[in-house]
Amino acid sequence: MQAVPEKPTTEELIACPQCDALYRVPSVPDGARLRCSRCHALLLAPRAGAVEAIVSLASGALALMVASIAFPFLHLGVAGLSAEASVIDTIRSYAVVSGLMAPLSVLLAALIVVLPAMRLGGLIYALGPLVAGRDPPRFATPVFRLAMNLRPWAMTEVFMIGVAVALVKIAALATVSFGPSFWTFIAVVLLVGAKDTMVCEKSLWRVLTRP
Amino acid sequence: MARSDQALTARAAGLVGCRHCGTVAPLGTELCPRCKGRLHSRFPHSLQRTWAWWIAGLITYVPANLYPMMIMDTFVTSYKSTIVGGAIELIHSGDAFVGLVVILASVVIPTSKFLAIAYVALALRNPRKVNPHLLHKVYEVVEFIGRWSMIDVFVVAILSALVHLGAVATILPGIAAISFGSTVIFTMFSALSLDPRLIWDTTEEAKRERSRPRRA
Repeated sequence: MQAVPEKPTTEELIACPQCDALYRVPSVPDGARLRCSRCHALLLAPRAGAVEAIVSLASGALALMVASIAFPFLHLGVAGLSAEASVIDTIRSYAVVSGLMAPLSVLLAALIVVLPAMRLGGLIYALGPLVAGRDPPRFATPVFRLAMNLRPWAMTEVFMIGVAVALVKIAALATVSFGPSFWTFIAVVLLVGAKDTMVCEKSLWRVLTRP
Repeated sequence: MARSDQALTARAAGLVGCRHCGTVAPLGTELCPRCKGRLHSRFPHSLQRTWAWWIAGLITYVPANLYPMMIMDTFVTSYKSTIVGGAIELIHSGDAFVGLVVILASVVIPTSKFLAIAYVALALRNPRKVNPHLLHKVYEVVEFIGRWSMIDVFVVAILSALVHLGAVATILPGIAAISFGSTVIFTMFSALSLDPRLIWDTTEEAKRERSRPRRA
C-alpha cells in the first residue's frame, strides 16, 4: 500500500484574487494569458524576458525622475514678469501658505515623488540581482510586496494630467511654456507604463521564489 | 458558450488563496508560504471598513464643495473659486473640453464613486437579486478610476507654485484643497477595503438559497 501524503500538494493550485475560484495550473507558457473563467480577472500573464525589461525600464524611469524634480516644468510670463515652477515648488506650495495645509504638502510629496520612486527602487532592488544571474537579495520578499502594494498610490501620471489642466487654466491670462522637466516627466510616465505592461505579479513571485 | 458562474472556491476546498501571488494554503494559515504576505480568506470586517471610510469621505466632501479651492489675488480684486465654480468658469472662458475634464475629475468621478461603492455594498445584503458580473464590473471601474480625482489638488498646487508675481497676481490654495484631498484618499481606502470575493460569494449563497426546500 502506498503512503498517502499528509497534505495535498498545493504547488499547482492557484486561487483567483478577485473571486476565490480555485484552478489547477501546472505551467503557463510565456506570452499566454490565463483568465479566471468566472470573473475574467487576469490570473497569469508571464512574459519572456520580463525581469530584464522591468529592471531596465524602472532604472531609466527612476534616473529621469531624480534628475528632473528640481528643474522647472512650467514657465510663466506676463507683462515683463516671469515665474517658473518645479516639482519641488509644487510640493512646497501648500506648506508655505499655512501650517494647516502642511499635511497636504506631505501627501503631495508622497504621491508624486516618494511612493513612485520607492516602487521603482523596490523593483530594481528585488529583481536587479536576478538579471545578473544571482540569487534574490535578502529582503527581496518584503520589498517586492511593498512595491506591488503601492501601485494605487503612485500618481505620477495623474500629476501630468494636472500639469496640462493647469496650463490651460492660465493660458488665457499669461504666456505659459513647458520647461525641460515637463518632457522628462512625460518620459517617466511612458517608461513606467511600459514597465507595468511587463509586470505580472504572480509570475514574478514564481520567479523570485524559484528554489 | 455558457458562462460558468459556479466554481469551486478556495474557501470551499478548505484553502485560502494569497491575493498577491495566488498561492494556496490550508484555511487558517496566517502568512503566505511563498510571499509571506498576510492571508485572509475574506478581509475581516470588509463591509464595516468600507462604510467607515465611505462616511469619512462624505464628511470631508462637504467642506470641499463649500469652501474655496483656489484664491486669486490681483491688484484690484481677490477672487475665490470653489470646485464647481472653477470648472464652470473654465467652460465659460471658452475652453469647454478642459472644463469638462475638470468637471469629470472633480465632480462626476467623486460623486459617482460614492454612489457606486454604496450600490455594491448595499447590493451585497440582498444576494438573491445580485448579478455578480455587473457588481464586479462596477467594483473594478471604481477601483481603477478613483485616483484620477486627485487632479484638482495637483492643479491647485501647480498654479500656486507657478503664479506668485507679487502684487500683480498671486494664487493661493484654499481650505477646500485639503478637504477634497482627504475625500479622494478616504474613498480610495473605502474601495480597497471592499473584498471583491464577497461579490462572488453571493452567487453561491443564492444558489444554496434556491436549492433549499420551501416551507409551506
